[in-house]
Amino acid sequence: MGTLSVDQSTRVDLRQRTVTDLNQALHQAPAGSQWEVLHPDGQHAIAAGLAAPITVKIEGHVGYFAAGMNEEASVEISGNAGVGVAENMMSGRVHVHGSASQSAGATAHGGLLVIDGDAAARCGISMKGVNIVVGGGVGHMSAFMAQAGALVICGDAGDGLGDSIYEARLYVRGKVGQLGADCVAKEMRPEHLAELSGLLAQAGLDHDPAEFRRYGSARQLYNFHVENAFAY
Amino acid sequence: MTAITTPDPAALGLRENATFDRATIAAIRHAAQTGLYDIRGGGAKRRLPHFDDLLFLGASMSRYPLEGYRERCDTDVTIGTRFAKKPLHLKTPVTIAGMSFGSLSGQAKEALGRGASEVGTSTTTGDGGMTEEERGHSETLVYQYLPSRYGMNPKHLRLADAIEVVLGQGAKPGGGGMLLGQKITERVAAMRTLPVGIDQRSACRHPDWTGPDDLRIKITELREITDWEKPIYVKIGASRPYYDVALAIKAGADAIVLDGMQGGTAATQDVFIEHVGIPTLAAIPQAVDALQEAGLHRQVQLIVSGGVRSGADVAKALALGADAVSIGTAALIALGDNDPALEDEYRKIGSAAGYYDDWQAGQDPAGITTQDPELSKRLDPVAAGHRLANLLRVMTMEAQIIARACGKAHLAHLEPEDLVALTIEAAAMTRRPLAGTDWIPGLAPAAQAAPVAPVAPVASAAPAGGGA
Ligand SMILES: Cc1cc2nc3c(=O)[nH]c(=O)nc-3n(C[C@H](O)[C@H](O)[C@H](O)COP(=O)(O)O)c2cc1C
Repeated sequence: MGTLSVDQSTRVDLRQRTVTDLNQALHQAPAGSQWEVLHPDGQHAIAAGLAAPITVKIEGHVGYFAAGMNEEASVEISGNAGVGVAENMMSGRVHVHGSASQSAGATAHGGLLVIDGDAAARCGISMKGVNIVVGGGVGHMSAFMAQAGALVICGDAGDGLGDSIYEARLYVRGKVGQLGADCVAKEMRPEHLAELSGLLAQAGLDHDPAEFRRYGSARQLYNFHVENAFAY
Repeated sequence: MTAITTPDPAALGLRENATFDRATIAAIRHAAQTGLYDIRGGGAKRRLPHFDDLLFLGASMSRYPLEGYRERCDTDVTIGTRFAKKPLHLKTPVTIAGMSFGSLSGQAKEALGRGASEVGTSTTTGDGGMTEEERGHSETLVYQYLPSRYGMNPKHLRLADAIEVVLGQGAKPGGGGMLLGQKITERVAAMRTLPVGIDQRSACRHPDWTGPDDLRIKITELREITDWEKPIYVKIGASRPYYDVALAIKAGADAIVLDGMQGGTAATQDVFIEHVGIPTLAAIPQAVDALQEAGLHRQVQLIVSGGVRSGADVAKALALGADAVSIGTAALIALGDNDPALEDEYRKIGSAAGYYDDWQAGQDPAGITTQDPELSKRLDPVAAGHRLANLLRVMTMEAQIIARACGKAHLAHLEPEDLVALTIEAAAMTRRPLAGTDWIPGLAPAAQAAPVAPVAPVASAAPAGGGA
């Protein structure tokens, strides 16, 4: 885990202050302010519920729901993130330099989530418009019931990718296990290549978009048909 | 009605089969013809042990009643006293249950908000998020946090007065939600980030936590995001209420919403509604046991729903240990659901007033369970809201009448000792003696001889009647 260089303005050491102290300060922080958080030590809900364009750099590993429901803020985590990092993010940017546990970016509506390492199971579950870029691979059942947005996977994807997917777009560079129900490989059209190269650039990755394949919904399970009974 | 009278089959000596009755035959034929199972609204239709199977004893030589209408009998309740900085103060313990916009029209949501605000109680959002109609007209609004997270917006979380983490519903413990394509208009689709006109399945499990240890962390996150201000409820569909309530308490809930199997739903498979979960009556004592054992009865408030129709039901739920109740179906009826004046229209869509339960279909002639703009317009939110306020007042006053008769100066003082059971089932479930006897089925004889009620409102009472 590399150390982040920080344009320091306010520094909070979580061995001195509680997560609640930190979050309440961040909820009142003026737009444009910059924060550095030391010794997160895997605590939960760090920098959750931010709602202003501020910058927060967290030096170390975080527990569950870091940067949960983020709006507008830019949150950087130098280490690994626990379950549900950036869950239900609305806007802004969350960047995990290490790897992320399950349900990264779950149900998120907007913004950009970048994970430099791997993401575990259910990455992007029920995503609703967020863009997620994973430098490594993702675990099983990623993009389950994914509704909107894009999930870029530079490594491999586990079994059940895109199960019961709606309108989200999935881009995978590596191998894909068994696809989930109603998820199919799709043609990569110019607009997809453009979207993908834009997302890779935003994540600071220089992979060739041509190396990726696109997956999405076959839209066969959108309305109930009894003949599909065994797919449900 | 036609003038031709067909003779009553029973008069011809024909006998209906109790196992294969007419509704069963119709269900089998429907399945065979269409390959579809029945999806409908409402709660369990079969007869179940319920509040009707309990009676109040009232005052007698050894109990003094209060003078009706003169001596005070207070009705207020405070919810969220355990951890929240801003608990809710409600004037009546009768609250409005979570019902989604999408299942209900905007007008219906507005009417619920108006009616509840008129009498000082709360309404609850539902799957699909918070609407302007409801926030704008509901003074006290509980925001549901559901597995689907449709429309879940942290701005709305902050706008809410309390947060309800939904684990399940009594109509379908273990089931997710469903909104059929015909109800997915552009507005509903946009709120849920899904294409117009497709069936919407709501997940049955939360996407980012599983189990009580995770729930504890999730509740902490919600508190952190809202600066520890708002009460956090946990809603449970009644199946294993003793364990679920114990675990919800451990996870840090401020209040428990316990919904029994009679509880209504907007759209669920009939097989689920009728065969999964346990009745409200059976669930309450188990939930109270868990609260008492934790030493938190009355500190973590218990809100009971599922088949609450009248002030008598309210009083019985409170006497068994609830702090408040929620109503769904009764509130919709107050707004105008199943109105006999609409009989002709119900007939046109293959139903009848008093039977209409196709709340999933979006064709509601009363304009309540629909997204059709023409049908929705039929519901006047002001008049409907006022009817709901009337019902809420009547229910509250009826509960007061009973409480005064039992000598209670506050609805919250009602207690198990005020009740007896009418049926053996109800006696066993509630551990109140069968009326006119001192018999409580399932309780060891020594415990039965004890003069104290087995579910007395004291902390750390041992669970009565445990399987010896
Ligand atoms: C039309 C309708 C929609 C409902 N939508 C929801 C919902 O979105 N979330 C939820 O937790 N419960 C929902 N419920 C269940 C109610 O919150 C409540 O548990 C139930 O209605 C209580 O039982 P009762 O109808 O017998 O009063 C819904 C019920 C109805 C009738």
